[in-house]
Amino acid sequence: MRGDVVNPSHPVALAAQGVSVRLGRHPVLHGVTAALPRGRWTCLVGPNGAGKSTLLKALAGLLPLHGGRVELLGRALQDWPRRARARTVAWLGQAEPGGDDLTAWDVAMLGRLPHQPWLAAASAADRAAVEQALRQTQAWDWRARPLAQLSGGQRQRVLLARLLAVQAPILLMDEPLAHLDPPHQADWLALVRALTRQGQTVVTVLHELNMALHADELLILDAGRVRHQGPADDPATHRALERVFEQRVAVQALDVETTVAGDVGARWVVVPKVPVGAEGGCAAGAARAHPGAFISKEVCHAHRTWNR
Amino acid sequence: MNARRAAGVLLALLAAAAGLLALAVSVGSQGLEPVWTLLASPPNEGQAALAAQIVWEIRLPRALGAWAAGALLGVAGAVAQGLFRNPLADPFLLGSAAGASLAVALALVALGGSAGMLGGAGAPGWSVLSSSLWVRLGLTGAAFVGALAAVLLTLALARGVQHTLRLLLAGVVVGVVLGAGTQAVLLLAPDALQAMQAFLLGSTAFVGWPSAGLMLAAAALCTAAATLLARALDALALGEATAASLGMPLATLRLALVAVLALATASAVAQTGLIAFVGLAAPHLVRALVPTTHGWLMALAAAMGGALLLAADTLARGWLAPQELPVGVLTAVLGGGYLLWLMHRGRLRGQGA
Repeated sequence: MRGDVVNPSHPVALAAQGVSVRLGRHPVLHGVTAALPRGRWTCLVGPNGAGKSTLLKALAGLLPLHGGRVELLGRALQDWPRRARARTVAWLGQAEPGGDDLTAWDVAMLGRLPHQPWLAAASAADRAAVEQALRQTQAWDWRARPLAQLSGGQRQRVLLARLLAVQAPILLMDEPLAHLDPPHQADWLALVRALTRQGQTVVTVLHELNMALHADELLILDAGRVRHQGPADDPATHRALERVFEQRVAVQALDVETTVAGDVGARWVVVPKVPVGAEGGCAAGAARAHPGAFISKEVCHAHRTWNR
Repeated sequence: MNARRAAGVLLALLAAAAGLLALAVSVGSQGLEPVWTLLASPPNEGQAALAAQIVWEIRLPRALGAWAAGALLGVAGAVAQGLFRNPLADPFLLGSAAGASLAVALALVALGGSAGMLGGAGAPGWSVLSSSLWVRLGLTGAAFVGALAAVLLTLALARGVQHTLRLLLAGVVVGVVLGAGTQAVLLLAPDALQAMQAFLLGSTAFVGWPSAGLMLAAAALCTAAATLLARALDALALGEATAASLGMPLATLRLALVAVLALATASAVAQTGLIAFVGLAAPHLVRALVPTTHGWLMALAAAMGGALLLAADTLARGWLAPQELPVGVLTAVLGGGYLLWLMHRGRLRGQGA
């Protein structure tokens, strides 16, 4: 880490204090207060339109705040010099188009911009960082290919490499798993584990709740407000999650621990619940058994089996 | 990554420009006549002096000027497409063309403009140049001021350079309004219409040494400045938020890019009128040859634009000699035809063109 980090051992990586954000005239965040611990993976979850991406952007200093403030390692974000901030917090947006003419190598090298003097050529350290990043996301083999010639998943891995090449102690990622196939999702999980083991802080937005439950902490948002923050394996967090999704999902314990990438076990599964009546054959029996309730597919399936 | 290939393409384009330059000074109202025979074996002394004068004082500055104007439009097009992240962006997007047109129309009316002032497309350029140098300078100045004023008006309407989309919309609005103003002026003073035509189609017929020198200097300056700003365009290609997250001072950079765009466009438009399509096509042709970072794209687009316009200008003069085609018509046919052929072969896929 470089000398421009004020206090690298500050226990809170990023803190939002009463952060309000408006997009146009529409208020999106209403006084969000949360502290994201250093060296942990925190995942922002919540229904569509809860303000997850907006909060992530605000934490990265990419949006004007309507109220409140964001602190990075204990120091107000706007007090950070622009380039020092860019070296400390790296941000990956949600599947943005563009850069079609740039090769994978060129794109990853853009991650070194905060480290390079304006007109300097890439240093040996820059090239080493870019190579490491491209290898970490298995994008090294097509480093000479323009982005336009890559598939959605390949492109996403190049953009991830761009983020990693910054070598920032704090990484913010908005839907980093978009377009990734299951093996590369598992690789990504292992990568995030490795990053947090090294003391780096990871903050993600994930709409896929089963992936989100792998995180250390969940920050649950709904309608622009924080509803809950807690460990991802805490039953209270699970109940809060079910509440913001209006009881239409159920977090259930897995009987058998599944092992992903050697050291990551999935112990919880999120099951979507189908409204009674929505699935014809199931409705009659299930509705009698659970009047006025949402029921999960399992229950529905059980009823269908009984009815036969 | 494609640096070696890009360097090769740049060398090839510059070599093509040198070859075209030799061809361009050999083409005159008598059709094609190799420049060395013209200069080396004159029938008598008087004709030798005349031939040397024609080559050095008329054809060479005109050819260099055509190359420089093409280079200016090429680099302006590359900057515009990068800045607006839009493959259809062209150098005239910020209203500079409309501003220059209105200013030239007003100047023509104010000077009591007549049909001969800017010359028809078929008029031999040198006689017009020598007889109305001051008029030319006045019109050039007017076009430059008009183009810059229109860009400033666009910036004012967009309230600065903070929002790319607002900038784009303001440019369109300024273009439409000033274009309507030009039409109104021409309607009230129909005498200026024919002179205006040459300006609107674009012509290199009036480029002498001062104009050529000015455009070459501007082309060198703008290409160098755009190359210095190229990393910002690379970062912008991944989105404005990503560029900001990488610590780019976006507002400052955008202002610098708009300044380069305005200077390049105004310098070219003031000397040669509205030459269509070079600024739009040159960056695309370069990308089809070698996908590259903006650092290489700027020099390559300049070289491509220069070669394109010089070829078009030579063809425009030589094809129907002693008649001349308006060069803007030829650039549209040449550039457009090649672009269509590229699209047909599917090599522009993924670039939204």
